Amino acid sequence: MSRMLPMAKDPPRDRGSFWHRTWAMLVKEFIQLRRDRVSFAMIVMLPLMQLLLFGYAINTTPRDLPTAVLLQENSDLGRSILAALRNTQYFKITHQVTSEAEFDKVLASGQVLFAIEIPAGFERAVRRGERPALLVAADATDPVAAGSAMGALGQIVQSALAHDYGLPEAAAPLFEFRAHARYNPAGATYLNIVPGLVGTILTMTMLIFTALSVTREIERGTMESLLAMPITPVEIMLGKIVPYVLVGFVQAALIIGIGVLLFGVPVIGSLGLLALLSTLFITANLAIGYTFSTIAQNQLQAMQMSMMFFLPNILLSGFMFPFAGMPVWAQWIGEALPLTHYLRIVRAIMLKGATLPDLTYDSLALVGLTLVAMTIAVSRFRRTLD
Amino acid sequence: MTEAPDLAKDGIAKNDIAIDVHGLTKKFGARTVVRDLSMQVRRGSIYGFLGPNGSGKTTTIRMLCGLLTPDAGEGTCLGFNIRTQADKIKRRVGYMTQRFSLYQDLSVRENLEFVARIYGLPDPANAARDMISRIGLSGREAQLAGELSGGWKQRLALGACTLPSPQLLLLDEPTAGVDPKARREFWNEIHALAADGLTVLVSTHYMDEAERCHEIAYIAYGELLVHGTVDEVIASAHLVTYTVSASNGEGLAKIADELNGRPGIDMVAPFGSSLHVGGRDASALEAALQSFRDRPGLAIEPAKPTLEDVFIDLMTRARDNFQ
Repeated sequence: MSRMLPMAKDPPRDRGSFWHRTWAMLVKEFIQLRRDRVSFAMIVMLPLMQLLLFGYAINTTPRDLPTAVLLQENSDLGRSILAALRNTQYFKITHQVTSEAEFDKVLASGQVLFAIEIPAGFERAVRRGERPALLVAADATDPVAAGSAMGALGQIVQSALAHDYGLPEAAAPLFEFRAHARYNPAGATYLNIVPGLVGTILTMTMLIFTALSVTREIERGTMESLLAMPITPVEIMLGKIVPYVLVGFVQAALIIGIGVLLFGVPVIGSLGLLALLSTLFITANLAIGYTFSTIAQNQLQAMQMSMMFFLPNILLSGFMFPFAGMPVWAQWIGEALPLTHYLRIVRAIMLKGATLPDLTYDSLALVGLTLVAMTIAVSRFRRTLD
Repeated sequence: MTEAPDLAKDGIAKNDIAIDVHGLTKKFGARTVVRDLSMQVRRGSIYGFLGPNGSGKTTTIRMLCGLLTPDAGEGTCLGFNIRTQADKIKRRVGYMTQRFSLYQDLSVRENLEFVARIYGLPDPANAARDMISRIGLSGREAQLAGELSGGWKQRLALGACTLPSPQLLLLDEPTAGVDPKARREFWNEIHALAADGLTVLVSTHYMDEAERCHEIAYIAYGELLVHGTVDEVIASAHLVTYTVSASNGEGLAKIADELNGRPGIDMVAPFGSSLHVGGRDASALEAALQSFRDRPGLAIEPAKPTLEDVFIDLMTRARDNFQ
């Protein structure tokens, strides 16, 4: 046998061998890449998603922003102003409110970004040339969303009205807009970004904690033992999620603490409510990560799924770009993401002092998303090795 | 030889049977991994499960403990239906996987406490401590399981699956890659457990281990070919064997080539400086060997067939049937 093996000679070291070895490695990598369907899908999906989302869904000068109107008088001029507002395409009148209290509530709960009040005796005052004030309150927690619409208010509405009433545009304004940027009068972006970061960072870390949990057991071979033991899928899931709720809670406290201490972001609302709803949000993300873990074949796939989930979270939740400015289909996707709801919650509590009744819809949405994810996870969890 | 033993004939009461399965079949895609397998294992016995790699041993064991669902066939494990009562079976069965499947990043004690808690033992810490001293891992309880050597890992795995006091142990090649001394100690432990009334089903490749079982079964290409005690299995093969040895010790490989495939010779296997030659037809084998008897320096002597001879013969025949 030893005759067949050339021994005691230096292996050949010609110049070509560098390329041969590199080529061998390259061929092997291509074969492996071709076998890995999820990686392959990601090569196509990731740029496609990015392009579609950035191209179609994201709009930094948002239009059709939800707006509430409080009409204290029923006048032609009032209706004309509302029509002019609609025509700017920045505003979409979604609520007709009847009292000051309701006016404040729809703003605080985030149902509208703007609320416009036409005071009693407005038309008469205009006719008398008294230049009365029209109150426009904006939710400035997202300064980007509010900014361009606010800028459009004065000039466009005035000229549209002037046109309707047949007055020369150069004439002095008939009335003045009294704009009131609520919750963030200075329009400081960090007031919007820091609470948003709480949600974004939690999404990223929580997803990854649980996304690997089941695939890791499978890859390390421990799943076989685990399945042979008398433990149910629900027990496995809860056992894997609960420790990270605590981890997420510590992380949330850390980010909010830094936000308050270093950036001076206020926490106007209840800390207890913020803690409660943050826990809910953390659980939702852990449940979604765990669901990925039950679907993925291996840890790499689980990571890729998490990335694919994280991307729309950043782009469509209202974290980076105004939610109200997105087309309806993108808003529907956004509604299915826990971050969208948590961003509204965390901004509303920290900056507006919102209470639980204001946040009922978003809280229930988080509960719903958690339950859906957990149901999928438990039904996807394979109790056998079939 | 290949049919399942008739329980009534053997006069075994139903509750003396730990495993009783009939017609188990498992397919993965188009590939049939286990085909119409029936077996009975008595309570308190050590049942050896032998067969080449990929013969369906692991798949069968997994079907027994509810980890795989059979495509066809029925049966009970400890009196519980393997299809519908997997939960009850899991509580009473200790399954030691082929690959080490405890948590590498947990210590010896943490792994055992985890198992104890899952099975709801009253005092997990105490149960783990007792097991550590029983398996001789005292002093290593804080060591990470992943850092243990092969033999220690195997002991820990055995400890973990016996911790909840199961009635049946399913051991899938438990001694693969373990040194002879550790293997012997392992088997002493298995016999001690069986003496306490535990039923043990163990798959193995080692013939010496097979000979330590009360009963063995040989499975190849997903079919159970033969079962019984070691002596029964050897006798049932009706194999006649000779050793062919060359005085100068050379040229055996060439002689093996010559012998192979001759009518009457069913098996040729080299053993050190001699060949084991076997056949099921004594006169045909004798005739085939006749021409070799005159060769100088070649000694041909009758030998008692070993278990390995029988298995190699079975494997060859099974392959012939399947190709």
